Amino acid sequence: MSEIIQVKNLSKSYWRDSFEIPVLNNINLTVNEGDFLALMGPSGSGKTTLLNLIAGIDKPTNGDVVVNGTDISKLSESALAKWRSSNVGFVFQFYNLIKVLTAYENVELPLLLTKLSKAERKKHVETALSIVGLGDRMNHYPKQLSGGQEQRVAIARAIVTDPLILVADEPTGDLDKNSADEILTLVERLNKEFKKTILIVTHDPHAAERAHIKHHLDKGELTLEQS
Amino acid sequence: MKIIKLIFKNAFRHKLRTALTIGGMAIVVIAFGLLRTVVTAWYVGVEGSAADRLVTRHSVSFILPLPYAYLDKVKQVPGVKHVSFFNWFGGIYIDKTQFFARFAADANTVFDVYPEFVVNKKELEDFRKERNACILGRDIAKQYNLKIGDVMTLEGDIFPGRWDFVIRGIYQPKFKTTDATAMIFQWEYLNERMIEESPERANEIGWFAIKIDNPNEAAAVSNKIDALFKNSPAETKTETERAFQQGFIAASSAIIEGMNAISFIIVGIIMLVLGNTMIMAARERTREYAVLKTLGFSGGHLIGLIMGESLFISALGGGVGLALTFPIVAFFESVLPKGWFPIFQVEPVTIILAISAVIIIGVAAAIFPVQRALSTKIVNGLRFVG
Repeated sequence: MSEIIQVKNLSKSYWRDSFEIPVLNNINLTVNEGDFLALMGPSGSGKTTLLNLIAGIDKPTNGDVVVNGTDISKLSESALAKWRSSNVGFVFQFYNLIKVLTAYENVELPLLLTKLSKAERKKHVETALSIVGLGDRMNHYPKQLSGGQEQRVAIARAIVTDPLILVADEPTGDLDKNSADEILTLVERLNKEFKKTILIVTHDPHAAERAHIKHHLDKGELTLEQS
Repeated sequence: MKIIKLIFKNAFRHKLRTALTIGGMAIVVIAFGLLRTVVTAWYVGVEGSAADRLVTRHSVSFILPLPYAYLDKVKQVPGVKHVSFFNWFGGIYIDKTQFFARFAADANTVFDVYPEFVVNKKELEDFRKERNACILGRDIAKQYNLKIGDVMTLEGDIFPGRWDFVIRGIYQPKFKTTDATAMIFQWEYLNERMIEESPERANEIGWFAIKIDNPNEAAAVSNKIDALFKNSPAETKTETERAFQQGFIAASSAIIEGMNAISFIIVGIIMLVLGNTMIMAARERTREYAVLKTLGFSGGHLIGLIMGESLFISALGGGVGLALTFPIVAFFESVLPKGWFPIFQVEPVTIILAISAVIIIGVAAAIFPVQRALSTKIVNGLRFVG
């Protein structure tokens, strides 16, 4: 399979007043198309930072992130925003749905940035919601859904544009065991059935077990565990 | 779903807060409209003054009379086209609260000098023929349901006694700013009574109203007129009608300017209130804006969302306020003593100013929230706990 993500000599530091806090140190990573990769590590190890850099919502201090041939670390903010809208699907720990929008409208949000017609958008949204098993909850607001259902809506929102990669930051971190299993099964299905390249950040070993590749991140250093 | 729907839904996310802001905005627009209406009503005389009209009065004070004998001399001044003259009559009609302007004027010239008071030929002839005839402004006739042939009785105060007038004409205002609330009767009628009852007050007039050939020569003509009566017992002061009107309201100009300033200050206050509402709303949505940016929404989209919401709330409040301004101004007009303001209505310029204020408030209130939303990094926004 072809390499879809190449992380080269990536470093990231944050600044607190005049103090530099290094988070990632000279990271190198390659992800192939169709991989299901888990990033593990203790809190503060930099796994979310690495995920954010790969997904183009943060900029590295040094090094490059090349996704499908595009060095996203060189893109401007507006170009990066456009790139994200068509290449990356995001799943967050706390779902991050817009409270005043229905499940349908939340899933439709990324499609508003495309040139699809209303009818085409409807078809895409219905497909995405049916994939996550919420075809009958389209008109429900987030507060009318359980945590697991909210996360499934978030997954539908992430896949509705058919992105190149799907990134999930602790997608089961806020869920009970049953709901977490449902979400992980769904993510697994997206990888197997729909051939999505998936990067998941978790410190839950059970969640990481679902991935094909596990990387451990600690003190800014990345190590491959086992496949 | 369109972005506009999200703007609408965001605006009503906190219904009470939005309702209070809209209510505040509406009250401000009403107050603005009312204050501006009072200000414009106050200056309506100035606005309605003609560039080719001069007023000659006693140099000491407007309330001191001038000799009628000055008339012929004024007429001879080069550049003078028509001369008319007036006395402020005052008087009481029905009771003291029924106020409108009542003048004794030269029946032969008054409508030459004031062509914006439009009277038909027959009514004018009838007015000139009958000594105690009077002509009423359209609005006063309508207000008291008076018609031609009716007798109107005034109780004199400056000129004591009972004064009966027969209505022989009703003038129409030519322009929107023309006062349609005046009563004009023959100066001869007043003067004849003065000759009989108070001879020392006979043959006196209040001021001359002079129509000139060329408005550009107003200063020169004024100087010539005043020069005629220099060192006389009743020196004159001649000025343009606009200057005369401005001098007339100068005593209250501080209050009016104060009202004018307040009308703009309240706009500033509501700008801060709406700004505060928008800052709170945007702060609460920090994480949502970060999510939207993550999904690929640009800075322009966020500006549209925040600015759109601010403008929507502002426009809604402004629209409600503007719609209520008209009946409220009408109500105030109905409870004010009659004739205080000959023209008391919401002027187009007031509406334009109110709409402009609504737009400026909407845009200004969104500046800080927009700046905050744009400058917050996605990773920081996603971590935000409101």
